[in-house]
Amino acid sequence: MATATPTPKVNRIGLPVLEYKGGKSTLCAGCGHNAISERIIDAMFEMGVEPERVIKMSGIGCSSKSPAYFMSRSHSFNSVHGRMPSVTSGAVLANRTVMALGVSGDGDTASIGIGQFVHLMRRNLPMIYIIEDNGVYGLTKGQFSATADLGSKLKTGVINDLPAIDTCALAIQLGATFVGRSFSGDKKQLLSMLKAAIAHKGTVMLDVISPCVTFNDHEGSTKSYKFLQENDEPINEIGFVDSFDDIEVDYDSGQVYDVQMHDGSNLRLRKLLEDYDPTNKAEAVRTLMEAAERDEVLTGIFYLDTQKPTFVDQLNMVDEPLATLPQSVTRPPKSALDSLMDSLR
Amino acid sequence: MATGDLALGLEQGELSARQRVVNDFSINVATVNGSGSQSANSVLLKSIFGMGVPVSGKNLFPSNIAGLPTWFTIRASKDGYVARKRGTEILISLNADTAQEDTMSLPIGGVAIYEEKLNLSQYRDDVVFYPVPLDKITAAVCPEAKLRKLVRNMVYVGVVAQILQIDLGVVESGLRKQFAKKQKVFDLNYGAVKAGFDYAQTTFTKQDPYFIEKMDQTAGKIIIDGNAACGMGAVFAGVTVVAWYPITPSTSVVEATTDLLKKFRVTPEGKATFAVVQAEDELAAIGMVLGAGWAGARSMTATSGPGISLMAEFTGLGYFAEIPGVIFDVQRTGPATGMPTRTSQADLLSTAFLSHGDTKNVVLLPGSVKECFELGCEAFDLAERLQTPVFVLSDLDLGMNNWMSDPFVYPEKPQDRGKVLTKEDLDRLGGFARYRDVDGDAIGWRTLPGTLHPKAAYFTRGSGHNDAAGYTEKPEEYIGIMERLSRKFENARKLVPGPITVSDGKSKIGFLAYGSTDFALIESLDQIKQKYGKSLDYMRIRAYPFAHEIHDFVASHERVYVVEQNRDAQLASLLKLDLPADQVVKLRSILHYNGLPIDALTITEEFATKEGL
Repeated sequence: MATATPTPKVNRIGLPVLEYKGGKSTLCAGCGHNAISERIIDAMFEMGVEPERVIKMSGIGCSSKSPAYFMSRSHSFNSVHGRMPSVTSGAVLANRTVMALGVSGDGDTASIGIGQFVHLMRRNLPMIYIIEDNGVYGLTKGQFSATADLGSKLKTGVINDLPAIDTCALAIQLGATFVGRSFSGDKKQLLSMLKAAIAHKGTVMLDVISPCVTFNDHEGSTKSYKFLQENDEPINEIGFVDSFDDIEVDYDSGQVYDVQMHDGSNLRLRKLLEDYDPTNKAEAVRTLMEAAERDEVLTGIFYLDTQKPTFVDQLNMVDEPLATLPQSVTRPPKSALDSLMDSLR
Repeated sequence: MATGDLALGLEQGELSARQRVVNDFSINVATVNGSGSQSANSVLLKSIFGMGVPVSGKNLFPSNIAGLPTWFTIRASKDGYVARKRGTEILISLNADTAQEDTMSLPIGGVAIYEEKLNLSQYRDDVVFYPVPLDKITAAVCPEAKLRKLVRNMVYVGVVAQILQIDLGVVESGLRKQFAKKQKVFDLNYGAVKAGFDYAQTTFTKQDPYFIEKMDQTAGKIIIDGNAACGMGAVFAGVTVVAWYPITPSTSVVEATTDLLKKFRVTPEGKATFAVVQAEDELAAIGMVLGAGWAGARSMTATSGPGISLMAEFTGLGYFAEIPGVIFDVQRTGPATGMPTRTSQADLLSTAFLSHGDTKNVVLLPGSVKECFELGCEAFDLAERLQTPVFVLSDLDLGMNNWMSDPFVYPEKPQDRGKVLTKEDLDRLGGFARYRDVDGDAIGWRTLPGTLHPKAAYFTRGSGHNDAAGYTEKPEEYIGIMERLSRKFENARKLVPGPITVSDGKSKIGFLAYGSTDFALIESLDQIKQKYGKSLDYMRIRAYPFAHEIHDFVASHERVYVVEQNRDAQLASLLKLDLPADQVVKLRSILHYNGLPIDALTITEEFATKEGL
């Protein structure tokens, strides 16, 4: 009986998708965050990223638990509330060869963590920063966060009377070099966006609207599945071609915007809004603000800059990880101390 | 050199009646913050040092950029005492706002050297007055009006040198060193010194008893401040990631570190083997330190009281998730903002227990600039060995003032990078459990991110975890981790720097102290010996958790005085938590916490009162 076991499909580094899986999710069934974890697994698998080269970083909250649910072969650090940016910055400086993937939530980013978020964006640290954005605090059972839209309603009937922080507009203004918004339910867009994010060098800030099925998926919520399905307006369709893959995407050339990514891959944005230029900061912010006034949720890649030096570039560090430099490099010789002592006499 | 030649005949006759005071007095330079007197004061200090006389300098400055009064005190001590001394014999008065008060604080027979316009002789007639037309002299040697404010300070250096009979050649060589590669600057400054010197020589007849005479007590020694020494310790430890937020009085730790890194840690290709980040606040600074420590780098920050408070949450994470990192705390007075430019030792309890929950931290306590270097260096080994944040507690007095020291000794001991598993180790072992005590030392093995082995990864978290780093809320797993952490801390007693037995004559009474209190205490012990004929024992503590020798010291004395610079007897409190109940009653406290460095007389008097002497 020679039934051939089907060989699992492997990626370009010879790993099956199973090797990108994580532990079993303890989040609510149907939580948008689980869908995002799935897309991360797909993107890392399809891009053939070595899991051991990835560090998964998070703060505190439902979103911040999710690194446990994907890529068990990657080191992970679930740090303190709102402070994942600093921990990630330290880790990347210690070892510039790792790929940092940070997962945060709207509370973790826009409330307690807004200070570190702002400064992270300014530095253009090479990392992917994902906000799993549901506009609500889940673990403490449903309080508004700072990304909840004005007028949006909690299950308990409480209406949000403060304006939302638009993390994308903020990130663009502050210096992030890849800023986009997607929706956890939009498999195709989110996957393309994540793959492009992996190819980017610099801070990628992705705000992924991720409805909270328990506390914020009801009528009156502007971060519910229903609301998003009705109000989500993509500004561009994203085509991503791996550098190791030579399939051409077919787009109407009059409407596309091609970007060569750092690793040689190609990002092709098909414009859905007329005259939208993803390299123009002012236009990106204007577009976001105008959409907000119309109560529309724009998705897509709003801003891209593949030229700006990263924080690691600016620090002019050696190529090897600082963490493992040998003593012969990190401890100056005795003659150095002797000369210092002489100068102090 | 015509120093000391002036009118010796007549003057010596006068002076012998009053007794010459040689190499044992203090000079107080009263000036205005931002007037640029710092290099002049440094030249004066180094000139006395250059005369071979033990010397120390203290900058008493306001929390202000410019305009408020500031005092720089230089103490010359033939006996080698370098602590603050109450009262100064010689005043250099340049600040109209404090001139009267400064003059009134001089002892009878003291000396006032001052800008003549201040007319200090109106206030009293029992001190020696040397009025100097500083502005006129300065204008004559410095045509450029813009520079006069700075150059003016060098004029008083010359005047003082002449009056105290400091060798002008020594001043010159000190100045040459200060302005090593800037001949023009040297010329201008030396011109001012010389003008002051000449003015004094031709104008004054020495009427005071104070002299600096050549000794050989400073040969081979260096002068450095504690913050620079800490920075040097970090660099020779091999620090690679520095994240910080500026705060007085710790800022110069990082400035010194950065300068040295730029000097010694750039590859021939011009690449840095380090990263220094000025973070947005102390929260981010400590977050970066722990992120870097987690990823395997030797990382550090430097801060002071308010920064320590902000670092509390992350410190607990570092303790519980077992992540190395070094935090230099240059203590200033609290609570709250306190007096940012005044010294204290009031962060001992807050650092030892920084963070909520059952957090305990290793704290190193350098007692000299040499130990700022040595313990600053050793902190990195301990942090990586113990996988925990390690605090190095200095203070403003030690950190920002100039101290004489024997030269620092190069660390011959190789770096201890702690228990890290490599890919090859994992090939051999097949896997590992991050928090399991496999060696009986209560320290687990860790892996670094980027280790290319499928079993290398583990999940780091501040939430409850078991010894395989998995999430847990199980009581026995939580207790297992907490008890191991406790054993690890217990073991640290043997790993941290042990105490120094400064004197042990088997007296009934002993003293315990740490850090910069040492300078005053050794002087006080001499005073107690001279005045009361008692030779008392003294042990200087250098780390928390306390080494067993400290318990033994308390056990072998009837009474133990704990001397420290805070209101709440923090060191004594920490000792009381550690000592057996029957030993606790032996402890007495001598406290000093007014923001000024502790002085010997305070200890001697308090001791005498408590002992009924």
